[in-house]
Amino acid sequence: MSTDTLIDYDEAVERYDPVLGIEVHVELGTATKMFDGAPNIFAAEPNTAITPVSLGLPGTLPVVNEKAVEYAIRIGLALNCSIAESCRFARKQYFYPDLTKNFQTSQYDEPIAFDGWVDVELEDGEVVRVEIERAHMEEDAGKNTHVGGATGRIQGATHSQVDYNRAGVPLVEIVTRPIEGTGARAPEVAAAYVRTLRDIFRTLDVSEARMERGNVRADVNVSLRPTADSPLGTRTETKNVNSFRSIDRTVHYEISRQAGILDEGGTIIQETRHFHEDTGSTSSGRVKSDAEDYRYFPEPDLVPVAPSREWVEEIRAGLPELPAARRRRLLGEWGFSELEMRDVINAGALDPIEQTVVAGASAQAARKWWMGELARTAREQEVELDALAVTPAQVAELQGLIDAKKINDKIARQVLGKVLAGEGDPAAIVEAEGLAVVSDDSVLTGAVDQAIADNPDVVEKIRGGKVQAIGALIGPIMKATRGQADAGRARELIMERLGVDG
Amino acid sequence: MPSIGRDDVARLADLARIQLTDEEVDRLSGEFDAIMDAVASVSEVATADVPATSHPIPMTNVFREDTVTDTLTQEQALAAAPHPEDGRFGVPQILGEE
Repeated sequence: MSTDTLIDYDEAVERYDPVLGIEVHVELGTATKMFDGAPNIFAAEPNTAITPVSLGLPGTLPVVNEKAVEYAIRIGLALNCSIAESCRFARKQYFYPDLTKNFQTSQYDEPIAFDGWVDVELEDGEVVRVEIERAHMEEDAGKNTHVGGATGRIQGATHSQVDYNRAGVPLVEIVTRPIEGTGARAPEVAAAYVRTLRDIFRTLDVSEARMERGNVRADVNVSLRPTADSPLGTRTETKNVNSFRSIDRTVHYEISRQAGILDEGGTIIQETRHFHEDTGSTSSGRVKSDAEDYRYFPEPDLVPVAPSREWVEEIRAGLPELPAARRRRLLGEWGFSELEMRDVINAGALDPIEQTVVAGASAQAARKWWMGELARTAREQEVELDALAVTPAQVAELQGLIDAKKINDKIARQVLGKVLAGEGDPAAIVEAEGLAVVSDDSVLTGAVDQAIADNPDVVEKIRGGKVQAIGALIGPIMKATRGQADAGRARELIMERLGVDG
Repeated sequence: MPSIGRDDVARLADLARIQLTDEEVDRLSGEFDAIMDAVASVSEVATADVPATSHPIPMTNVFREDTVTDTLTQEQALAAAPHPEDGRFGVPQILGEE
């Protein structure tokens, strides 16, 4: 369906310098909406989480949710922004049935937070600083369901149905300054930036920040210019891109597509575009001549928000440790190499390892389990690490059994398999199934004597000074004890019996 | 002082989804000029030390607590809707035949 001339991506970024701009909307996890006491909940029956204010009925008046303002300030501070001494809301006028009032209550010339930055770490450890122009408060819109067209699309629909449950849910919109100098890594930077914000929202506890639920949505602006010194090119804005992968693919596609147009001497049309998950392409949105004429004016029904400096400092003092600082701290505490740490982060193992360490395991042991056996299992089951049927406490308990020499590594892997199969906690499984290592001499001695008797050649070598040949006796002992022998103790017993020194 | 011409009035009417006849556009362009002149006279007396005012009442930080209040039932919400459908507000076709 697409008639776009796409230029090979590598060639495109060789000939053109991409510039990004990203707008991220995050739905705040307050109990109620931005301007009324309707509950802020997901997937209720249509048109039940609403008050007359949510419906914009005549005579209703909005009142600002203090918690939402606090959350917006928290976000602003976490993004190193200045917090406005005074700011106001404005009416953004447009006609679309997702809001009943024919305007969205937003902020225009006076955002609550401005002039910030955030450092974004890419998978290989490179850090890109993204400058934040502003973060402002606004309300979400309702949800349209289009009827009569193909697969619920607005094109060809005979009419639409509107559910206003989401109308009025508090949003913070975060707008970057142009992100320059990313070159071929632009798609990665775009996705990593939104992921960084997502992680910050979760750490700040201001939103569940679930991409798949649309708690976090990104509008991705892309433009190309011949060189980094050229003026900015014309940008396109791809709306509502909802996953990290889609953000990456959107930027990738737009760079190839725009390069195709520019190569042929064409001009880029400044427009909104839509991303298509199935094809990985973008297509032109509706060209609407008056779309940009929102006729903003100050909202007369709401007085200015003037957060006192005391309040702002109180919120700043209460900020939790942010993800980047936490990664630096854990790196120091755990003594991992930079590479090990990056692998851990990229595998999503940071949280489980931290919890395993808290539960008593050493950092290296916790890393060994989560990046080894458990990472393998997660890949097999095609789930995230934290979705595995094992808790960090169970992993720590398992490691504890090894450290106490109750079981060896091989048995431990068996026990882990049983934990994952839902058979209980490690210690209980070892107990119930008699898996504890046999270091009891009375049991071991029999197996040792048998092994010595069965292998006179090996015994000869050991007596002759080839101590490493002991390994050849350990095998039969393990076999005789079904893998449960304490190899160290068995070795000691062999040397005792044969009268040699290690 | 910029004058509000016929084109401006027609565009504003279009933005506000108000249908005007040619006669109304003519009449309103004249009236808008009078309104603009009246507002301009305010600018003349406002000196640099008078800040622009969007809210006449000197109040800030009127907040409410984040506490759930009574909500409407679906029936109440849709009671005055001309075309309720599946618990939602039925609205006319959004995109015309383009």
